[in-house]
Amino acid sequence: MTVAAEQAIARALTGRRRRYGERLVRTLLLACGVLSVATTLGIVASLTFEAVGFFREVPVLDYLTGTSWGPTFRPPSFGVLPLLGATVLIGLTSMLVAVPVGLGAAVYLAEYARPGARRVLKPVLEVLAGIPTVVFGYFALTFLTPTLLQRLLPGTGVFNALSASLAIGIMAVPLVASVSEDAMRAVPQALREGAFALGAARRTVALRVVVPAALSGIAAAVILGLSRAIGETMIVAIAAGQMPNLSIDPREPMQTMTAYIVQISQGDTPYGSVEYRTIFAVGATLFLLTLGLNAASLRLVRRLRERYE
Amino acid sequence: MSAPAVAGRVPALATGRRAERSLGALAFHLALLLALLVALLTLATLLVDVASKGAGWVDRGFLSSLDSRFPERAGIRPALVGTAWLMVLTALISFPLGVGAAIYLEEMAPRNRLAGFLELNVANLAAVPSVIYGLLGLAAFVRAMQLGRSIMAGSLTLALLILPVIIVASREALRAVPGSIREAAYAVGATSWQVTWRQVLPAALPGMLTGLILGLSRAIGETAPLITLGALTYVNFVPRHPYDRFTAIPIQIYNWVSRPQTEYQHVAAAGIILLLGMLLAMNALAIYLRNRYERRW
Repeated sequence: MTVAAEQAIARALTGRRRRYGERLVRTLLLACGVLSVATTLGIVASLTFEAVGFFREVPVLDYLTGTSWGPTFRPPSFGVLPLLGATVLIGLTSMLVAVPVGLGAAVYLAEYARPGARRVLKPVLEVLAGIPTVVFGYFALTFLTPTLLQRLLPGTGVFNALSASLAIGIMAVPLVASVSEDAMRAVPQALREGAFALGAARRTVALRVVVPAALSGIAAAVILGLSRAIGETMIVAIAAGQMPNLSIDPREPMQTMTAYIVQISQGDTPYGSVEYRTIFAVGATLFLLTLGLNAASLRLVRRLRERYE
Repeated sequence: MSAPAVAGRVPALATGRRAERSLGALAFHLALLLALLVALLTLATLLVDVASKGAGWVDRGFLSSLDSRFPERAGIRPALVGTAWLMVLTALISFPLGVGAAIYLEEMAPRNRLAGFLELNVANLAAVPSVIYGLLGLAAFVRAMQLGRSIMAGSLTLALLILPVIIVASREALRAVPGSIREAAYAVGATSWQVTWRQVLPAALPGMLTGLILGLSRAIGETAPLITLGALTYVNFVPRHPYDRFTAIPIQIYNWVSRPQTEYQHVAAAGIILLLGMLLAMNALAIYLRNRYERRW
């Protein structure tokens, strides 16, 4: 047998033939995988590029500490605090709804509900998660404000931060509930059985065993909910109004960072103007804020997974 | 055995009844139920409110007319066509890319730091606010690629937005295909791409399609990214090709909600009924696909 033929047989047997088609496909698939990284880079690049242009004209310190936001005023003012304040206020007050309701639902589903009830209740909660936010905005403006808030709290405006907070809070319930329920269900059954064997009631098992054991996952759920609330756009754009307002009275109209971006995008803002750049500067601020929250939340979830898996 | 089954049975055996029936325990149980009830009642109120305000306004004229200065003549046709274009293009763009990424991560990627990094990146992207995607679309597609404020720019933006959903669902579908099928194919001499293309993909396809529909049902309600990249809130023509300017159903709803005349609230409610109806149909299709084609191994 010739040397070449021997080599051919050896290659066939070891499967070492070079398969260029395979390599091409592999490269294409890798490109798809890397696309998600490209998306992240694209987000960072586009925000940075325009934001740098903005901060060439407006000092960073003025932007971060200024208490008046009026890019169209004469003279214009670029203090982000009114937008940031409204964002944080609405984010935190919405958590006053989302956290108790979401955690209550999660504890019920993880520890109390029979399998049949759980099979029905979980999809219904998911329906809530699937409702577009523009619908929640409509609900806040045309139902929550006139039929609930203006009756209970005199002095509530047609546009107010509170109706947006309530709607965002309800919208975030399924997210908080499902992430924290996952965390509770990841707690080993042996811990529960141990507590039940000592004569503990279900409430004691839930509050003293399961919740503490799942605490990092629950914290992750709350942080993720807050991040979602801060990034929520249509509900605030519809229900909270479009007026920059540095205030802590939730009955007043306020403009969040996201609502500002929507307001400017609706108009015909000339490309390259300061006004055009403001939305990228505000967007970059929002991105950094949510990125920090998301990173913290992912870290907490990983810690939980390491402990029990 | 699943957790709630045990949690539901064991206490009855192992704990004293007194402890379960104490006032505190009952109050806690009620509080938990109340939490669920608040969420479900809000959902019910929202649906009833929308239905009662919009019911009389959804008719053939509403579906086939252009928008109007007169609420009773306002229709949703431009937005309906815009949304249809967006959904088709978004699906065509995002599905191959998402499935490709999932195949790479599940079937080909070495378990190394790159794979871990890609995974972390997908998880992070899933939590980026959608309005930020709009800014990306504005800078990258509308300006840099000069697509203008077109359906194509909107579809590309929405495709990136739902990519994490499709990747996660497709990976789960791939993971559900048992390893024995791959091993059998390798044993008869198939290459890794032949194994993936002829054996694994057909088995995982229903799960992937379910993921696509879930992604699209997120995309169909997205408003903020489209407004941000400059989709018009007032468009009164039916778009004819992917490079036309456009509006979409949620944008049209936002536009109507923002008008001062109260009649437009009813028009907006009619738009919401249409949007929720489309969502319902998409989810029913996803459930049907899952039940009809998904195999348990």
